[in-house]
Amino acid sequence: MCGIVGLFLKDKKLEPKLGMMLSEMLVTMTDRGPDSAGIAIYGNDENNTGKITVQSDTPSEDFKGLEKEINALTGIKVSIRTKSTHAVLEMETASIPAVRKALKQIRPSLRIMSAGDTIEIYKEVGLPKDVAARFDVSSMSGTHGIGHTRMATESAVTTMGAHPFSTGNDQCLVHNGSLSNHNSLRRKLRREGVHIETENDTEVGAAYLTYKMQQGSSLGEALESSLEDLDGFFTFLVGTKDGFGVVRDPIACKPAVMAETDQYVAFGSEYRALVNLPGIEEARVWEPEPATVYFWTH
Amino acid sequence: MQTFDLEAQGLRELNSTLHAQVDETNQTSWEITNPKGSHAIAVGLDAPIEVNIKGSTGYYCGGMNKQATINVSGSAGPGTAENMMSGKIVIDGDASQYAGATGHGGLLVIKGNASSRCGISMKGINIVVHGNIGHMSAFMAQSGNLVVCGDAGDALGDSCYEARLFVRGSVKSLGADCEEKEMRPEHIKILKELLAEADSDAKPEEFKRYGSARNLYNFDVDNATAY
Repeated sequence: MCGIVGLFLKDKKLEPKLGMMLSEMLVTMTDRGPDSAGIAIYGNDENNTGKITVQSDTPSEDFKGLEKEINALTGIKVSIRTKSTHAVLEMETASIPAVRKALKQIRPSLRIMSAGDTIEIYKEVGLPKDVAARFDVSSMSGTHGIGHTRMATESAVTTMGAHPFSTGNDQCLVHNGSLSNHNSLRRKLRREGVHIETENDTEVGAAYLTYKMQQGSSLGEALESSLEDLDGFFTFLVGTKDGFGVVRDPIACKPAVMAETDQYVAFGSEYRALVNLPGIEEARVWEPEPATVYFWTH
Repeated sequence: MQTFDLEAQGLRELNSTLHAQVDETNQTSWEITNPKGSHAIAVGLDAPIEVNIKGSTGYYCGGMNKQATINVSGSAGPGTAENMMSGKIVIDGDASQYAGATGHGGLLVIKGNASSRCGISMKGINIVVHGNIGHMSAFMAQSGNLVVCGDAGDALGDSCYEARLFVRGSVKSLGADCEEKEMRPEHIKILKELLAEADSDAKPEEFKRYGSARNLYNFDVDNATAY
């Protein structure tokens, strides 16, 4: 099972409502996977800063004075916004690698959820409605976002096993299905120097796409080659700074429904996730074809 | 006519109300509003009633249907009319994967396209699709008729038994042991009746018939080393 949702806005007027619409869609999919949930939101890139989203099991200790300690060590000006177990650190984009390095030194137990210009990832164990409320996702605005509610099959129910997975700046992936060659592919990617944190199959999928793009593929090309190199069942929804893409394996057992209007492109594991979107009655609704890459960018 | 608001009254209430209808009921016409993609709408009916669903449905709409006529004015989710025994189900829009799977009887009409695995393991149901069907349709189909007015996807009729598959458009590929067959007068007659019942104006003569080459029926000793 697992439930996936995604929303790509064409109409700027809807941007303040992105978090609200996306979390409603995700809550509708709760019974497809109630063990953990996560959401990736691409905010508006207004002030040209970069962000790192981090997670801690002991947030009150870990986040207190963190920005000052980073500044003391690196001289980089960092601001911090705390949301429950997550915190978003903001700095100049060029400083992201230095701040990551500093974090490893100052707070080695912190988990990095995402990094990039606009992406923020929030994920935890629990029901979608609780996870969405905990991070106040409804109040977030943005250009596009993806969400996932998990029924674990390949690895443990933990924060780090929840989706979305991000292995590259402003890139993330959610997955419904299970990959069967993830162990061999993980070994191969690690040999190439790709950092993979968990034993989860989806993280390997995300790392694979990131690796392909580092090698010069566009996201579309990386998704095309995933059809050759990944074995197993998958419906993938992939986010980048500019948009999102969808691909299903050639057998296409894992469900997927898309809807498009002048205002948005929406994805849901089931039509139920889309029923409350504005103008859905007049939307073009279809199932993405197997082994076909779909992509939308701003 | 009885109207039932699914959102307000709930699925269990709906299905138990419809199950309570018997052959002699005088409440023969039902309208269901706000289906909103819900699962298992009008499953397990066994009475000669008409159920009109105003909108799109989710998984397993009309599953195990006997006698009833069910109309869906939108599109239908996976497993629509699964294991139908008799009656008629009409989907105005598209149907998701494995529509009509394992059906024993009755007629399923899909006015839009059907997705993958349409009519998988069908056992006597008749299915008429006005549009196209996806890959692996009629996999292991045993009996009944699958009529496709548009095109068929990959691996049509893989490992099928005695079901008849009629396709008007192109077939992307045939599955193992499925072959094109001669269209005889009795097939034209079957098609004519099914197309009329399904409200399609397609001409029976425009179709090609596919079915089992019956090579998988018996063990071939030349394949002994393959196992």
